[in-house]
Amino acid sequence: MLGKRFSPHLSFISHLKKNLSLIKTILLSLIFTPQLVHAEYGLNLPKGVTSISRDIYGLHMLIFWVCVGIAVLVFGVMIWSMIFHRKSRGAVASNFHESTAVELVWTLVPLAVLIAIAFPATKVLIDLENTEKADMTVKITGYQWKWQYEYMDEGVSFFSSLNKASSDATRDDAARAKNPNYLLDVDNRLVLPTGKRIRFLMTSNDVIHSWWVRDLGVKQDANPGFINDSWAKIDVPGVYRGQCAELCGKDHGFMPIVVEAKSEADYKAWIGEQKERQKAAAAAGDREWSKDELMAQGQKVYSGSCASCHGVTGQGIPGVFPAITGSPIASGDIKTHINIVLNGKAGTAMQAFGKQLNDSDLAAVITYERNALGNSKGDLVQPSTIKSAR
Amino acid sequence: MSTTTTDLQNEIDAHATHDDHHHGPEKGLLRWVKTTNHKDIGTLYIWFAFAMLLIGGGMAMYIRAELFQPGMQFFDPQFFNQMTTLHGLIMVFGAIMPAFVGLANWQIPLMIGAKDMALPRMNNWSFWILPFAGMMLISTLFMEGGGPAFGWTFYAPLSTTFAPDSTDFFIFAVHMLGFSSIMGAINVIATIMNMRAPDMKLMDMPLFVWTWFITAFLLIAAMPVLAGAVTMMLTDRNFGTSFFDAAGGGDPVMFQHIFWFFGHPEVYIMILPAFGIVSQIIPTFARKPLFGYSSMVYASASIALLSFVVWAHHMFLTGMPIAGQMYFMYATIMISVPTGVKVFNWVTTMWRGSMTFETPMLWAVAFVILFTIGGFSGLMLGIAPADIQYHDTYFVVAHFHYVLVTGALFSIIAAVFYWLPKWCGRMYNEKLAKIHFWWAVISVNVLFFPQHFLGLAGMPRRIPDYSLQFADFNMISSIGGFAFGASFILLTYIIVDAIRNGEKVTDERVWDSAKGLEWTVATPAPYHTFDTPPDEKQILAESSHIHVEGVH
Repeated sequence: MLGKRFSPHLSFISHLKKNLSLIKTILLSLIFTPQLVHAEYGLNLPKGVTSISRDIYGLHMLIFWVCVGIAVLVFGVMIWSMIFHRKSRGAVASNFHESTAVELVWTLVPLAVLIAIAFPATKVLIDLENTEKADMTVKITGYQWKWQYEYMDEGVSFFSSLNKASSDATRDDAARAKNPNYLLDVDNRLVLPTGKRIRFLMTSNDVIHSWWVRDLGVKQDANPGFINDSWAKIDVPGVYRGQCAELCGKDHGFMPIVVEAKSEADYKAWIGEQKERQKAAAAAGDREWSKDELMAQGQKVYSGSCASCHGVTGQGIPGVFPAITGSPIASGDIKTHINIVLNGKAGTAMQAFGKQLNDSDLAAVITYERNALGNSKGDLVQPSTIKSAR
Repeated sequence: MSTTTTDLQNEIDAHATHDDHHHGPEKGLLRWVKTTNHKDIGTLYIWFAFAMLLIGGGMAMYIRAELFQPGMQFFDPQFFNQMTTLHGLIMVFGAIMPAFVGLANWQIPLMIGAKDMALPRMNNWSFWILPFAGMMLISTLFMEGGGPAFGWTFYAPLSTTFAPDSTDFFIFAVHMLGFSSIMGAINVIATIMNMRAPDMKLMDMPLFVWTWFITAFLLIAAMPVLAGAVTMMLTDRNFGTSFFDAAGGGDPVMFQHIFWFFGHPEVYIMILPAFGIVSQIIPTFARKPLFGYSSMVYASASIALLSFVVWAHHMFLTGMPIAGQMYFMYATIMISVPTGVKVFNWVTTMWRGSMTFETPMLWAVAFVILFTIGGFSGLMLGIAPADIQYHDTYFVVAHFHYVLVTGALFSIIAAVFYWLPKWCGRMYNEKLAKIHFWWAVISVNVLFFPQHFLGLAGMPRRIPDYSLQFADFNMISSIGGFAFGASFILLTYIIVDAIRNGEKVTDERVWDSAKGLEWTVATPAPYHTFDTPPDEKQILAESSHIHVEGVH
């Protein structure tokens, strides 16, 4: 429910006013720092759980120590001369100002060091770019601001977005303190088997996103209209968290990634459950829904899929995202309304939700938009109407 | 046109007699509007850059306040994105670049024995475009839908299809900033080529002049590419083209190629003049000629050439083919060779010198150390496979702030302290300036060093809120940020106090062992200098890199 946390549009002036409390907050948090601090001191890259993440870690440490070595040498000479070659100690300036031999040495030696680093770096690069011989394929699509995962060989697909506990805690200090995975938790995890070579295909539905899970050593841009790939073979079962790494608009900081690696048997069982769930959801679209049912489901869908742009109260953000309240579409012809929700609006941020939501969710959310958020059109949309409109 | 050579000659003669007895600057505000004097325009540029630094710095304070602790305290994320975007744009195009152009305006004519810049009226124009472009950029914040919120790199399609209406004003502002930079660069090249004292050979030029000469070529080559990128954005947004829209046959990644073909040379536009400044200051306070003058010139030129062929190292994760990644990795890490040569030369210049540590030297030494740290993280980022874990994290934020704040900005502060006594004939308060230096240099490291850890621990850049594991280092970083921000209040006081009440300096040389033609004119530098160019003897005597026995 992103819209609630962020008031629809705060003008520049009201920001200035709000920030009068800045100094107070900072002083208070300085005093109460001990309560706030419960973080681990992560100083370095973790090794991760794939061969690639470990190779990258090795490269990282290699180049780091090379840099440390050079730093000790260069800064050592510098500090030595700053201590001993100063006028106040009676140092008299020499006059040397050129030496081709020395220049040649400090051009060629670093060059040799670089070539030495380039060999292992190239090896890792070749390995991580080789996405062939995959056991399974997951297609990842970035949306503003959630991820869609499609298991290409299983026909299973779902969306994954920031969970409610996190989004409710952004303006609630107490809730945040109780939530160790604040902003790193999702409603639906990406479940993957261990020991399998998994190929990821990345693309995007709108702007550029970047799918990054550090422990897997995978980060790859998701470009609209193009498909990138990457791979991982997870060795250890566990939960691995990541975030979108490419600025993708307002809620870029709020689209985390959670990967849950399970043994192959557990993974198979999970896939089975998903298939059942999808069947049940499809069946729900075949019956007639009551208004109360539609409105209740509609509110859920609205806060999950619509509120981050159009606002929890339907006000939108003036000049960026249009309001639902009193909009000519939500209070006008029902066909136009269904059409724009199903197919989106080209050239704007309005997505085609026909690809994202099933018939009953679409029927529910359209009914909700027409009969809540300050609108009271009175008409209902049934899943069957959506089905025929597709 | 109608002006014949005779007319021109008459006019020149008239001017020559007229200017025999120089009069000072015009009185009042119009002096600054109409001025074509390189010293006046240099002053304008530097004050403008300083004002922009404070505005952009104010935005940085907002950003660090929001990131002081987890949770959303002061902003909605859309506004946070506007702040990061405008902070970057203002600092790059409003603060660092104009400051260097201001230093070039003041110093290049003085250092090559020229009367003025070659194209004084264009000089006036290229400055006066800036305040309008800057105001237009900032005014977007007050428009409906807010200002640009897509980062200073403005990647399409976030900056095209998904951007607020104010983006068109942003595009126009960038065009104007580009005009200004290109005209400034043309002026620098024309001045160095045509106005140099006749006896000064290219390899006699001080390093600051050399690095600016090279920078000017980079500007002329890179800025039109930026103009092309924003023009394509403009037509994509308003005229139905789809350069960057895959749905119409375009490619969003092509935007990044075009942007970084400008953007990477831009990085060196902001650091080469800094190399020049430091190469002037270190020999002065080490009382020793610059080590390896010619290798410094060649290193600067190779860095400039290489800067055009490494752009895609900003794009390792966009889906580049493996051959591309290999090439850009090799080319990128290659840049550390000439850059290393420069650092080694500075250190060797200090070696067995007779050093004193007045304020300009302190800033120069801090530059060498901290810029080198930024160079190390740059080398790490250049390793394509490792970049998977660094890219778009706070590790990158730490890296480019080390090279741009403790690199470019520190060199500008060093230059101002170094040349201020020459400009206004007054000395700054050395004690206060040293306190300020230590305050700034400690707080800037508290600010940026922990950001390396944040990046490695997994914090993406450009996020308004973060998970709890990043809380401690963010708080430390913010405290450093507030302290560094506050240090600029003291800096403002020191500079204003020096200009108004500073101890008078009359010695032409100012610093006992400074060399260079700028130290042969009176202090403070008169409104008009070098009516007659310096002769060969004087040029050789003042060259800081070649020690000529028996002349000095």
